[in-house]
Amino acid sequence: MIAAFDATSVNPLYLTLGVPALSTLVLFLLPGYRRAARCNVLASLVTLLASLALLWSRPAPNDYLFVDDFNIYLVLITNFVCLTTSVFSVSYLTHELDIGRLRRPYARFYHAMFQGMVFAMNLALVSNSLGLMWVAVETATLATVVIVGLYRTEAAIKASWKYFILASMGISLALFGTTLLYFTAQSVIGSGNAALAWTVLRERAAELDPAVLNITFVFVLVGYGTKAGLVPMHAWLPDAHSEGPTPISAVLSGLLLNLGLYALLRFKMLMGANDQTLAPGPLMMGLGLASLLFGALMLYGRRDIKRLFAYSSIEHMGLITFAFGLGGPLANLAGILHMVLHSLTKSALFFTIGHVAQVKGTQEIAGIRGLTTSHPVLGWCLVLGVIAIAGLPPTGLFMSEFLLVSTTFAREPLLAVPLVLGLLIALGCLIQRVQAMAFGEPTGSAEPFKISVLPPLAAHLVLVIVAGLYIPAPLMAWFQHVAALLG
Amino acid sequence: MEFSDPKVQLQIAYLLGGSMVVVNFALLYQSRMSSVINAFAIHATILGLAVAWQANVQNAPNLYITAAIALVFKALALPAALHYVVRKLNVHRTVEMVFGTGLTMMAGVALVGLAVMIMQPVTQHSGALVTIDLIFAMAVLFLGVLMMITRRNAVTQVIGFMAMENGLILAAVGVHGMPLVVEISVALAVLVAFIVFGLFLFRIRERFYSLDVRYLDPDSRIPQ
Repeated sequence: MIAAFDATSVNPLYLTLGVPALSTLVLFLLPGYRRAARCNVLASLVTLLASLALLWSRPAPNDYLFVDDFNIYLVLITNFVCLTTSVFSVSYLTHELDIGRLRRPYARFYHAMFQGMVFAMNLALVSNSLGLMWVAVETATLATVVIVGLYRTEAAIKASWKYFILASMGISLALFGTTLLYFTAQSVIGSGNAALAWTVLRERAAELDPAVLNITFVFVLVGYGTKAGLVPMHAWLPDAHSEGPTPISAVLSGLLLNLGLYALLRFKMLMGANDQTLAPGPLMMGLGLASLLFGALMLYGRRDIKRLFAYSSIEHMGLITFAFGLGGPLANLAGILHMVLHSLTKSALFFTIGHVAQVKGTQEIAGIRGLTTSHPVLGWCLVLGVIAIAGLPPTGLFMSEFLLVSTTFAREPLLAVPLVLGLLIALGCLIQRVQAMAFGEPTGSAEPFKISVLPPLAAHLVLVIVAGLYIPAPLMAWFQHVAALLG
Repeated sequence: MEFSDPKVQLQIAYLLGGSMVVVNFALLYQSRMSSVINAFAIHATILGLAVAWQANVQNAPNLYITAAIALVFKALALPAALHYVVRKLNVHRTVEMVFGTGLTMMAGVALVGLAVMIMQPVTQHSGALVTIDLIFAMAVLFLGVLMMITRRNAVTQVIGFMAMENGLILAAVGVHGMPLVVEISVALAVLVAFIVFGLFLFRIRERFYSLDVRYLDPDSRIPQ
């Protein structure tokens, strides 16, 4: 650490991790809500800039940390969404403090834990040591558990407790998997940090005992799969999304689920590098399809708007897991694109419905009518967001879903049937739910729309639509390169 | 008896790991809350001894920190805190089980058998010390999960989780020179402290397996 600071330029990786870690402490001590909110935005901005610098100066990997083509894009998307969420939090929390739903001391807690979560997510993404990655995922879980229970209502505490117990049980199983991996690695590589370093393991994966790798993967699949919200380990997800503050639902859906999947993919890549092992693909495809169908069916008849989109997240995580399970350059490309675009779209949707719930004073779908008439901007943002999340053109998610469906038809025609079925059910349910909310006669209270919500919202939606129409060639080439890397 | 004799080392590791599994069965059939907590204290004490023994055998002094965490934090502080929570929340009645004791015990035996069947073949080429350690660790892990899913009270569920996590530590110290093992045990201790703190702070009595609004009443009990 010291040596890095002695060098002429500061390693941007340390900044990416150090800024949020330091901000956690500062925000914990900093009194005054407005100052803390501004500090939170500033810290997120600096972290994003530091992570952008990683594109130009990529530090050499060591046994603990590394940056490669795969994790850098997730680091960027994570810090981008964290920045927009921190901007959205300002207006969201101000409203919650005004109506007395949230007390000031808890707002301070919120900001500190938000930065703690940013730190933990960044650390988990850039960890080379799989042990360190586990510690980081656990830290991210703890930070979000605290925020989910922030309102201190009976329902919020129950949601946060359920999330806590299920996620802890899940990551405990993942740790056991990690221990088993180390057990086989140390007989090949020797004791010490190198035997848990992903880069080293990847190079020598062919020498590892395939039987142990198989057991490892099953534990890790259940463990990190819980964090990714895969069925049947999803039970925590809808509650955690609906009871916590909405900015955190945006981050949970957009980033934390991806993190679980990312951890799982790192292990899948190790499995792929050893040709004696069980193929991890079918297991992932099975869980993916189950999540897709379950999530899609559960969209029908939801009464709470945040729960609705929480189930939609289960559906999309299933879709992405299926894509990576299918494997190959095209399906992986679809998976990678979908991961990014789902993050952007789902967090935009949570920003929208967070504000919708505030202007209407309710999260109940039945209490929200005629948004396009009463609040045109919010209403149309909601419609646009739902068009995007349902995978309709011209948005980016259409492209990734189309890519996935066509690849599946070409390679596994039988599996394409449940896949398309799930997508169609989700489309139908979403349109049915949103039609009532967006159109018709407005009902209920109608507080004015706050313009401060628009910048983060617009940034996400514009990116999603632009991605559907045009992705720059170098970026696409890079995505393809990452897809090939995933095997 | 010569402690540096590999045979003796193996036997002692065997004894400690096996006792953990036995105490885990004791955890499964206790019907009073305070006896469950006491059984957990014994479980954690044996874990502390097993870790200390591994530190001695592997000549890895940093593992003594993990052993100390187990002995001081898990075997003394946590049970004391749990006894306090149980008294304060007034939940020291009988432990509610989803299935009967007999069925749970049989499932436990089957899970131990499963652990042996999974781990025995893959560990046969690496010394007996590692083999038995991983088998016992996996058995403890499975029994912890079993306890979590067959209990209705939040406190017993938490104890199931902690027993499961004792299995994780046993596995992590058993494989030679696992990096970050002390950090991981500290992280797990923080996690457990968080859970127990949450139990008390939020007065959580029952596990939540339903979102029925009837249970939203803070003083409600799940009807039998």
